[in-house]
Order: sequence, then C-alpha cells, then structure tokens
Amino acid sequence: MTTVPINKTVKKFSLVRALRENRVAQGLFLIFPANLYLFLLIVLPLLLVTGLSFLSRGDYGQVLFIFNPANYARLFNALYGKIMLFSLAVGLGTTLLCLLIGYPMAYYLAHAPSRTRSLLLFLILLPFWTNFIIRIYAWMMILRSGGFLDSILQWAHLTTAPLGLLYSPTAVMIGMVYEFLPFMVLPLYTSLEKIENSLLEAGADLGAPPWKAFLRITLPLSVPGMIAGTILTFIPAMGMFVVSDLLGGAKTILIGNVIRNQFLTARDWPFGSAASMILMLLTMVFTLYYTRKAGFGEELLV
Amino acid sequence: MSEKKPALWLRIYTFFAYLFIYVPILVLIIFSFNSQKLNLHWQGFTLKWYDVMFHDQQILLATRNTLMIAFVSTLVATIIGTMAALAMQRYHFPFYNTSETLMYIPIVIPEVVMGISLLVFFVLIKFTLGLVTITLSHIAFNIPFVALVVRARLHGYDNAIDEAAMDLGANELTTFWRVTLPTIMPGVLSGAMLALTLSLDDYIITYFTAGPGSTTLPLRVYSMVRFVVTPEINALSTLWVLIVFVILVIGQVAQSRKA
Repeated sequence: MTTVPINKTVKKFSLVRALRENRVAQGLFLIFPANLYLFLLIVLPLLLVTGLSFLSRGDYGQVLFIFNPANYARLFNALYGKIMLFSLAVGLGTTLLCLLIGYPMAYYLAHAPSRTRSLLLFLILLPFWTNFIIRIYAWMMILRSGGFLDSILQWAHLTTAPLGLLYSPTAVMIGMVYEFLPFMVLPLYTSLEKIENSLLEAGADLGAPPWKAFLRITLPLSVPGMIAGTILTFIPAMGMFVVSDLLGGAKTILIGNVIRNQFLTARDWPFGSAASMILMLLTMVFTLYYTRKAGFGEELLV
Repeated sequence: MSEKKPALWLRIYTFFAYLFIYVPILVLIIFSFNSQKLNLHWQGFTLKWYDVMFHDQQILLATRNTLMIAFVSTLVATIIGTMAALAMQRYHFPFYNTSETLMYIPIVIPEVVMGISLLVFFVLIKFTLGLVTITLSHIAFNIPFVALVVRARLHGYDNAIDEAAMDLGANELTTFWRVTLPTIMPGVLSGAMLALTLSLDDYIITYFTAGPGSTTLPLRVYSMVRFVVTPEINALSTLWVLIVFVILVIGQVAQSRKA
C-alpha cells in the first residue's frame, strides 16, 4: 500500500523535470491536447467514413460488412452525375461571382481614407456575426412571391406579376453569393492593401497608363488574395445544402443535399459516405492545385 | 496604399454593394414590427411578436442550449488552441509537420463531411447524441481557428522579454503567466471571439450531432422558416442582430481606447 504513492511521486518529479529542462518535451506537452483531440474527432471519424463508403446497406438501413465498391459507381450514373456537375457549376459560379463582385469592393477598401476604412471593414463583417439561417431567411422574405422585391418592382411599375424567384436556382445563387462574399473580400483586401504605392508610381513614371499599371502591377500582386478567397468560398459552397434547401426548394439539389438525405432520410450510410468521399476529393484536388500554384496562409488570417 | 480618392464609379459601385449587404438585414428588422401575421405586406406597427417570442418556451430553451454550447466550446477550444499555437510557433518537436497538417484539416474539408463523419463516429461508439456531442464537435472545429489567430499574434513576439524575465530569476511557468500570456492576451481574446461566433453561427455540424431535446437556436429557426414565415422569427432575428451589434461596438470602442 505504501509503495504506490512513492512510485507516483517519483514518476511525477521526473515528468516535471523533463518539462522544465527539455524544450522538445515542452513542445510535445503543448501540442498533445490539440493533436489527440483532432485525431479522435476529425481523423478517426474521417477514416470511419472512408471505410464505410466501401460497405453495403442492409434492407433496414443498417450497415452490412460486405465489400461493395458499387457505391462509387452509382455516383456516376445519369442522375447523380448530373447532380455532381450541377454542384460543381454552382460552386464555381458562386466563387467567380464573389470574385467579380468582391474585387472592386476590396479595391475600394484598400484605397479608402484610413479612418473610413476600418468602419467599412466593420460594416462588411457586421451582418455575418448574426446567424447564417437568419440571413437566408431574410432572403426568403425578399424573394418570395409577393415579397419585398416584387412589391418594390410593382411599385416602380417595372413588373406587374410576381417574379416568383424563391425556390429557383437564381435564388440559390443570390443566397450563396450573399453568404460567401465577405470570405472573398477580406483576403482580397489584405493583399491589395499590402501593395506599395511606390510600385504604381514607378509604373506611371515609366509611362504606363493607369489601366496598364493595374493589369501589370496590382492584379498580379493580388493573386495570393484571390487564391485564399477562392478557397474560402469554393470549399463551403461545394458542401452547402442549407441554402439550396431553403431558397431552392425541391428543384435545386446539390451534392450536399444528397449526402444529408442519405444519412438522415434514406439511411444509406455507405452510399452517403461514398458521396462525401467524392466531395472531399473534389475540394482537396482543387485546394492542392491552387496552393501549389502559390502558397497561401497569411491571407487566411484576417 | 494610395492617398488620392478612388474614382467616382468605384464609390457608387461600393455604395450599391453595401446596399446589397444591408437591405436584407433592414427588411428583416422592419418587418419584425409588422402586425400582419402572414408578413407579406406592411399593415401596421406592433410589438406583439416580441411578446410572443419571450413567451415561446422552445425558443427560450434553444437559447439556453446555444449559449451553453458556445460558452463551453469556446473555453475549451481557446485553451487547447492557444497551447497548440505556442507549440507551433516557439518549439520544434517530432512530427511537427503532421501536427500542422492536422490543424488544417477541419478548415479545408466541407462542413457537411465533417458533420456526417462525427455522426458516424458518435453512433459507432454508442455515445448518445445531444448537448455533449454538439459541444465536443464545436470544440473540434474551433481549435484550429483559435490556433490560427493566436499564431498570427505570436508571429511578431519578441522572445527577448521572456529571456529577460528568466535572467531576472523567474522560472518557465512564472515567465509564462506573468510575461508571455499577458502579452499575447489580445490574440487569445480575438481567437476566443472567433470561436464564440463560429459556435453561435454553426448550423451544419450541430444539425448532424444533435439529438432529441438538444435543439439550438439555429436549428429552431431553421425548422420555423422551413414551412411558415411569421414575424416572430423576424423579432428573434432583430434581437440577435441588436445584441451582436452592441457587443461588437463595445469591443471596437474598448480596442480603440487601448490604442
């Protein structure tokens, strides 16, 4: 009985000494909780889903341990192939629209007087500190038949009948762009703001007209911001199912909706897992391709 | 970068871009005072939806759940994330690159994939879905974001002040508590702020890891807007926007005072 506490104290002392004197031990001690946590709740679950994607569904929605690569084949049939292509189009379309709409905004922010600049940055972020579902709901109110947009248009005598934009792909695109615009604007702003004015002056001194200076100096130097913004927009846009649910109705089905349905209504977990693997593969290939072209990191830190 | 004023078209463009961002919020707020239940046209001013909301038991319960999850997950993620940031920025240890990659995974995988994988994990280990599983999941996606923000703060950290403290006889632990932590505190707080926001905002991961009786505010609002539109949701949203606005303004003012 008495030996147990002694053993314990001896062990404790050596651990304390290691932490005091050894920098490697200190580093490991600090990183250990994060590593363990992320391994258990991120890596392990992802590995389980990977395994699950090769299994079969039983008659009652249970998982059977029978190897079944057909889950993947099913994803490329006419129905799901079309959904995947459509999701890719929506993801890329959202990213492109955010880039086109966001670039001039970021440019303006980078050139605004410093006092108004921090206010404008704050104003971009403000709505996004409220809830995601609330923001989509606001668009439901605006776009629904006879809603705010229809009222305004009819009041201005621009239309006579309701547009009925809610529950259409257009509504989904509006919602997506609204949702992800700040993720594009902020990294763009960070990289545009870093460009030294002397570079543009040098360009002007050498006879470059403003448009040429923009194309040859500003645009190339803002590429890291474009890449960070594209990644931050494309990844969540590809996996989105809430916007398509609420603004797209039954007509707009994205791969995210397919995954959600397989897990919660159709109860075909192996097929849902296979769809998740493909979605992850798509976004990873995209991310890797872009980060290879130019590293990203700093622009993510806004 | 430039001191000269941006071009007129750019200023007009930006004005309309801000209009695009703010019109939905304004419509939301204005229609929370509408007396028409269908909330399609403006009928008259009323405050009754706020009264309805404050007596809605489900909303009150969901608010309590949301705040509890956000508070606990922010606290835990801030501690673990700050430790990780210190490790990554100031130490070298075996498997450094693996640890760094691990931190990026939750940021670069789509939320829906993370949601279903957590669902599979919890079901497989027979962990009952509910407040605990939601909180555990929120901690998981918050750790990397806290670490990212704190690391950015540590980037310009001057190690000389730590060395000075130790030269004066402070041990490692005292140096950490009395010198390092107070210096990086603004970074830790902005990391915690980000974690809090992400937790309050999250719908997707919460949706997959929630069980019966663990409804959060985003889940409640979602099930309300799915089929009916009532001004009660507008009232709830308005209050939410107002609270966030007050907190942010206080934060901004406090920060500018310090500077």
